[in-house]
Amino acid sequence: MATQVPVEEGVFSWPSDDPRLLGSRCADCGTVVFPRQHGCPRCTGSDMRDTELGTHGTLWTWTVQAFPPKAPPFIGDADPATFEPYGVGYVELPGEVKVEARLTESDPEKLSVGQEMELRIVPLTTDDEGNEVVTFAFAPVS
Amino acid sequence: MDDVAIVGIGMHEFGRHDGMSGQDQGVVAVRRALADAGLRWEDMEFAFGGSAAAGAADTMVSKLGLTGLQFINVSNGCATGGSALFSAVNTIKSGTFDLGIAIGYDKHERGAFRVNTRASGLGDWYGKSGLALTTQFFGMKINRYMEEFGISHSTLAKVSVKAMKNGSINPMAWRRKPLSENEVLESRMLSYPLTQYMFCSPGEGGVALVLARADRAKDYCDTPIHLKSAVVRSRRFGSFEVMAPSLALDRAAGPTVDASAAAFEAAGMTPADMDIAQLQDTESGAEIMHMAECGFCEDGEQEELIQSGATDIGGSFPINTDGGCLANGEPVGASGLRQVYENVLQLRGDAGERQVPNDPHTAFTHVYGAPGISGVTILSR
Ligand SMILES: [Zn+2]
Repeated sequence: MATQVPVEEGVFSWPSDDPRLLGSRCADCGTVVFPRQHGCPRCTGSDMRDTELGTHGTLWTWTVQAFPPKAPPFIGDADPATFEPYGVGYVELPGEVKVEARLTESDPEKLSVGQEMELRIVPLTTDDEGNEVVTFAFAPVS
Repeated sequence: MDDVAIVGIGMHEFGRHDGMSGQDQGVVAVRRALADAGLRWEDMEFAFGGSAAAGAADTMVSKLGLTGLQFINVSNGCATGGSALFSAVNTIKSGTFDLGIAIGYDKHERGAFRVNTRASGLGDWYGKSGLALTTQFFGMKINRYMEEFGISHSTLAKVSVKAMKNGSINPMAWRRKPLSENEVLESRMLSYPLTQYMFCSPGEGGVALVLARADRAKDYCDTPIHLKSAVVRSRRFGSFEVMAPSLALDRAAGPTVDASAAAFEAAGMTPADMDIAQLQDTESGAEIMHMAECGFCEDGEQEELIQSGATDIGGSFPINTDGGCLANGEPVGASGLRQVYENVLQLRGDAGERQVPNDPHTAFTHVYGAPGISGVTILSR
């Protein structure tokens, strides 16, 4: 099996049996942001501590990406002949933050605001060295 | 802010102009604005100009004339034109200069805007993963709004139908062909719930506005249009904006709400005082949401207003009378100034076939864009 490498280090823990999104929590006001950053967008403080985000939440809003994004920057399959639409949404992680993510579901009939979602790590493309590049996504909880 | 007036307006046709640079379109707009005011480039004491993708505006002096004027480039994303105008207005208000020009033009590659996440201060993973598209943001914002406030797909489509109808009677517009509601709804779904004909496209064009001290405005034109306020605002914590990998749990009002409220306060007016409005319509949902964010209705009232034709040219509150971004396309640097250009025409009574019949005395413009920035102007006759 090909080695799986994250689309970028520091966005989610990988490799891992329990992958998590990597965010920051403000030591002054408790605000959580994703991805990690040095300053707090709420209180403008700069004492941000690393935090691992929860893996379950609810769908706050969504759309479906039905046409291939421009490549670059997109590194997935942007060939109009083989491109597969994917969902995009914000998932509200209770007590933390709303995270923007790809969704594993792309059928509008199967997506709705308030739906329960869980974190997944999904393949995005294969790099020049034959590694499988992975990113994060949320899937409906069945 | 009663002391600044628009005394000349010029525009280069919006659309696709192969073989013509964006800056050359800006130059045409400048010459037309000067002719409209009966002035020459050498009369300009200062200029603020910008484009997002078509080069540094100040180099256009080599085409317009090397007069030594103060020319400052403005680069502020989708609010580039609005920021040029804001800067020009305050240059006159400060007493530094009496007569100058605000210029915006652009020329973008075909297709949806290419994202540069690094330039936006975001990680490469964001664009690599297939996120970071402005179209996704607009789809997600209106999708939730429709569910929360009962906006129908038909109303979404009607905004595009109105835009194309208005564009069809605007000689400066790019899209000149009317579309039916069915054609809009049945065009390709791009970013649910938004179809192809509900989105504007990046395009080309240029606009220039000559501004003068209001007490001298009659020297240059018969119907000077007064700039009551020009405001630009960025996003606050908690607002739902484009290019946001995460959002706060508690939602706050966006920059459109802030910019609009500040503009009304500066002008000493209220939304009820406005006769017409040009609102950012990157896609049809944006026009709907911006109606409420700017203060012209409550959330959800758009359904009845749009279905009943209230926002048509002949309606009680005409919106996007020139066809908006949907019919004109979006050359980012010029887009906000296009709205002001249209309002000046309407307030002068010079809008021809698309002149609104309610004898407008006041007019409102609003631009919105990445990374969560809004610009508002209020004009009066
Ligand atoms: Zn804080």
